[in-house]
Amino acid sequence: MTEKFDAIVVGAGMAGNAAALTMAKRGLKVLQLERGEYPGSKNVQGAILYANAVEKLIPEFREDAPLERHLVEQRFWMMDDASHTGLHYRSEDFNEERPNRYTIIRSQFDRWFSRHVQEAGALVLCETTVLELLKDTKGRVIGVRTDRRDGDVFADVVVLAEGVNGLLGTRAGLRERPARENVALAVKEMHFLPRETIEARFNLKGDEGAVIEAAGTISRGMAGMGFIYTNRESISIGIGCIVSDLAKTGHAPYELLEAFKRHPSVAPLIEGSEVKEYAAHLIPEGGYKAIPQLFGDGWLVAGDAAQLNNAIHREGSNLALASGQMAGEAVAELKGRGLEPTAKNLEIYKTRLVDSYVMQDLKKYKDMPALLHASSQNFFLTYPQLVSKAMQNFLRVDGTPKVEKEKRTLRSVFAARSITGLLGDAVRMARAWR
Amino acid sequence: MTTEPDVRVEDKLYQNRYRVDSGRSHIKVTPHETPSPELLALVKLCPARCYELNGKGQVEVAHDGCMECGTCRVLAEGKGDITWTYPRGGYGVLFKFG
Ligand SMILES: Cc1cc2nc3c(=O)[nH]c(=O)nc-3n(C[C@H](O)[C@H](O)[C@H](O)COP(=O)(O)OP(=O)(O)OC[C@H]3O[C@@H](n4cnc5c(N)ncnc54)[C@H](O)[C@@H]3O)c2cc1C
Ligand code: SF4
Repeated sequence: MTEKFDAIVVGAGMAGNAAALTMAKRGLKVLQLERGEYPGSKNVQGAILYANAVEKLIPEFREDAPLERHLVEQRFWMMDDASHTGLHYRSEDFNEERPNRYTIIRSQFDRWFSRHVQEAGALVLCETTVLELLKDTKGRVIGVRTDRRDGDVFADVVVLAEGVNGLLGTRAGLRERPARENVALAVKEMHFLPRETIEARFNLKGDEGAVIEAAGTISRGMAGMGFIYTNRESISIGIGCIVSDLAKTGHAPYELLEAFKRHPSVAPLIEGSEVKEYAAHLIPEGGYKAIPQLFGDGWLVAGDAAQLNNAIHREGSNLALASGQMAGEAVAELKGRGLEPTAKNLEIYKTRLVDSYVMQDLKKYKDMPALLHASSQNFFLTYPQLVSKAMQNFLRVDGTPKVEKEKRTLRSVFAARSITGLLGDAVRMARAWR
Repeated sequence: MTTEPDVRVEDKLYQNRYRVDSGRSHIKVTPHETPSPELLALVKLCPARCYELNGKGQVEVAHDGCMECGTCRVLAEGKGDITWTYPRGGYGVLFKFG
């Protein structure tokens, strides 16, 4: 290919599609490269989709996007081996005309999204792995090398939307490989059931959906979370733990998933289902402090490749969509003003990110990943067990006076964790949440 | 200590769709006498159980079931225990749902 493009986008996931769509709509000549057979064939998500980020790109997306269920109920579970203590929130307000959160199936959603990108005029090439970035003698990125024959392609700017592994950026020396403390390995299965069964088990009607986020002894003291999301005719179930913790403890991810599935609170929800897929993927969880350099001469990075992921709120796809859109807008703006995409000029991309919820949210929780990681035994093992004990003690009616029961609960708390330890964790948590 | 249930990963991978690039592994283990702690950890950690110990106590990789998650790269590429790249365009795992 000898023609030159205004922009090359690497990756047809959330960030890449947002960037390509934004630039193509603004009339730029865009080439998008995706290594999968079709967009989405390499991508894994829970998956909760936040409407707000999609609306900003495709306002009428509800008309034809492959959406599974709109969420009317959220459950948080703190689990020990035999129990869960739940906080459930359900509201009729979520049955609104333009619902705020949906479940989706990524391979279907990405294909739908890509059709919009192509209709906007971008050239999308799948089955093409980008091998490296091409630079001129001054180190400015001028294109990419692909694994196609005559595979060098050139552009004014390259938008790296290559996902969490970010191989190209590492190879080109733009950023480090993700650190093992900063990524979680998640494994996930798709369990199929008739929709009526799902609706009965989760107390849903029509296209209503419910999701469960679970933490506790299921991660065996490692920093980790489980999830159970309802789709129309399937249930997504998975668990993720920080890679350095897995390496240290030697727990196999599929064993953790299996134990989660067999937990007495979980097993009845998926009983009798047919499993049709098993997937694994990394999630960036280092937060604000793990964000690498975001732009340079002739390049920008968006989405998971830039580690833009809010693990506390389980938001990744929206940050990928928003950052992809802002990257696209930055490039289009420079083009419109006749300015070169130099590092200096591309700084407007970072400014946009900093002015938005993307960076502001990540900054708010900047100390959270380290805290949860350093005290993972307490947050994911000791405290869930204590809560369960306290609940049992509270609920069991066995002739013990209530005053004695309360004393017992307190004694078990202090036996497990000193008062200074407890207070310290509480203070650190409050600070990290601020 | 909770005992973990037995899981047959092969059965799980059997549900998945792949286009395997036979004879062209995108992951290579650097030849070694005794495996590093990272390589040994991968035997348990790889979600597709691609890493196995051979009879001589060395770690080997079989890329067929790989889901391209990158965990082994994060853990073992830094010190040169493995080399890791993506499969050729269109090859490797093809998630039906994801
Ligand atoms: C189990 C799990 C559950 C999650 N749940 C949620 C959730 O409920 N809600 C939420 O908002 N987020 C969730 N996330 C996070 C969310 O999936 C990501 O934040 C989001 O997908 C990031 O989008 P992206 O475009 O940056 O990367 P990706 O979607 O990973 O896209 C990257 C694309 O680039 C392509 N690519 C990479 N390298 C190359 C190359 N060299 N050449 C060509 N193509 C290349 C890939 O094939 C891929 O298509 C979850 C993640 C996981 C793993
Ligand atoms: S990329 Fe993931 S699935 Fe593939 S061999 Fe490495 S750890 Fe296993």
